Amino acid sequence: MDKIARINMGAAGGPKVTVEGLGEYAGLGGRAMTSLVIAKEVHPLCHPLGAENKLVIAPGMLSGTTGSMTGRLSVGCKSPLTGTIKESNAGGQAAQVLARLGYAAVILEGKPEGDDLYKILINKDGIQVIVDNSLKELDNYPVIEKLRKEYGDKVAYMSIGTAGERKLLAASIACTDPELRPTRHCGRGGVGAVMGAKRVKAIILDDAGMKMRPPKDPEKYRDANRKFVEGLRKHPVTGEGLPAYGTNVLTNVLNEAGGYPTYNFKTGQFAGGANISGEAQAELEVKRGGTATHGCHRGCVIQCSGIYNDKDGHYLTKQPEYETVWSHGGHCGIDDLDTIARLDFMDDNIGVDTIEMGVTIGVAMDAGIIEFGDKEGAIRLMEEVGKGTPLGRILGSGAAVTGKVYGVERVPVVKDQALPAYDPRPIQGIGVTYATSTQGADHTAGYAIATNILKVGGDVDPLKTEGQIELSRNLQIATAAIDSTGMCLFIAFAIMDQPETFQALLDMLGSFHGITMTGDDVVALGKKVLSAERDFNTRAGFSKQHDRLPRFFYTEPIAPHNQTFMMKDEELDDVFNW
Amino acid sequence: MNITVKLFATFRTGRFSIESRAYPEGTSVADVVRELNLPEKELGIMMVNSRHVKLDHQLAEGDTLALFPLLGGG
Repeated sequence: MDKIARINMGAAGGPKVTVEGLGEYAGLGGRAMTSLVIAKEVHPLCHPLGAENKLVIAPGMLSGTTGSMTGRLSVGCKSPLTGTIKESNAGGQAAQVLARLGYAAVILEGKPEGDDLYKILINKDGIQVIVDNSLKELDNYPVIEKLRKEYGDKVAYMSIGTAGERKLLAASIACTDPELRPTRHCGRGGVGAVMGAKRVKAIILDDAGMKMRPPKDPEKYRDANRKFVEGLRKHPVTGEGLPAYGTNVLTNVLNEAGGYPTYNFKTGQFAGGANISGEAQAELEVKRGGTATHGCHRGCVIQCSGIYNDKDGHYLTKQPEYETVWSHGGHCGIDDLDTIARLDFMDDNIGVDTIEMGVTIGVAMDAGIIEFGDKEGAIRLMEEVGKGTPLGRILGSGAAVTGKVYGVERVPVVKDQALPAYDPRPIQGIGVTYATSTQGADHTAGYAIATNILKVGGDVDPLKTEGQIELSRNLQIATAAIDSTGMCLFIAFAIMDQPETFQALLDMLGSFHGITMTGDDVVALGKKVLSAERDFNTRAGFSKQHDRLPRFFYTEPIAPHNQTFMMKDEELDDVFNW
Repeated sequence: MNITVKLFATFRTGRFSIESRAYPEGTSVADVVRELNLPEKELGIMMVNSRHVKLDHQLAEGDTLALFPLLGGG
């Protein structure tokens, strides 16, 4: 990873590729790369869909190596959904392949005139930008099916569906999994709309003829990776719970804790929760000949995903994640796994964020467009999004837009990004992260659920305000660093509880780059990333008044704990004081 | 006293999902854990009536006790 490719889609005479050295971005990967490039190079007041915005695609620091869990790909830009800086990351094969091709970043710049649609082929011989209007108005599954006929199965694909082409604010970028299914998405923040604005439909990554990235100290790297994998296998979360049940094992936990937002954040428990729980989902997947254990990229030892077949045993979608099952499930009063799986497939195919889309349908239900619990109605609304009708475009532009258009007061967003599957009133810690994250409401930015609810990595009472600021601050710093390594965030469950596994991670980073890496270095990296992101947001017009939850969280208590979000404004303003 | 006991994930294997069970006054969470042969080192989340509790928590008539192994997701 010793080079950066810049593709100026708006160059006179057609797209122009420039490959350069790393310069001041040397040593960066993942979120550190995307956020530092955006913060330095993109005008903070630019229109996110205009020529001034850039789409930065970056594998993590350890992607493309023999290291386990290193397959996360970061995509960054100014977000059309939030107006803030955005880093959205995904699994799948893309990061490993792009890293082995030697690119620390591929940066899409400018914007072409005219209606032509492009695909970009990146292989050992270089980069080609090719007009391919036959891909127009295709969704992700048909796009990949078509491209596979041309480029085969030994490559990785990134693509946008029709939502991205239409520049909808919920549009995602799909990455293919090891079996070439477009199921792993950079979902949040409308990154797919930015790719669509640049008229790039697909990126084909072919690493034939390339080798694994070699560590500076191969023996030490191998040893550290072995210890790291042992640690992941030994920890009950990464070694047992996630492989057996996937992320949806959380449905019963959050429902039991009274923190499961139901009927658009009106109550904290869902009577139909057991029907859509991870336990029920895993049993059904196995019974129908799918699997409850599947990795999104080669080299994953946690294997938190799965394959969901329909009642006739045919592939329907990958195992819907907890947040997806919630957003299309309890949030909308739907307790039917087949409906949720169908909606998950539609999200992946059309190319929209499952959290944003599910929350939006719940807001539409609150507006009376359809009733809560209306399964067929939810599918019908998704079909509108796929067809690009006026209603579909409104819904595909997310919860904030839909709430405004239909006059809904209870719209669960921060910086216009939909809240995920944890209510901040009975779980104060996650509310701190939602309010203050540089990304808009985002649970992964500082996953206080671990400590508040799951009792992994410590124990902070979710119903109280004490300790939440420090918790969210530390988690946000650690997450910004992990998101830069290319490591899946789920390694955090093991490294928070097991010092020797954290040390193994440090040793992997150190031995790969031929340096000594300490915990302090990780903290410094996280702070550097967050500072750059905060600085961009400030220049884009965001202030502390934007670091708040919607008012209804402060005024409407939620059952069963009957409490509101109680963190004081001045406490929230203290999160980034370090 | 009657306690509703809920078990989740691997704790259900060879046991049950939900049962109403009778216990003597003064029963603690630890007593129920022992009675059900749940390995203490695997215990993750313990909740009584939707609130987190510790092993020494004393149960009361009508309580709902939920026991989970260590879990994660997100």
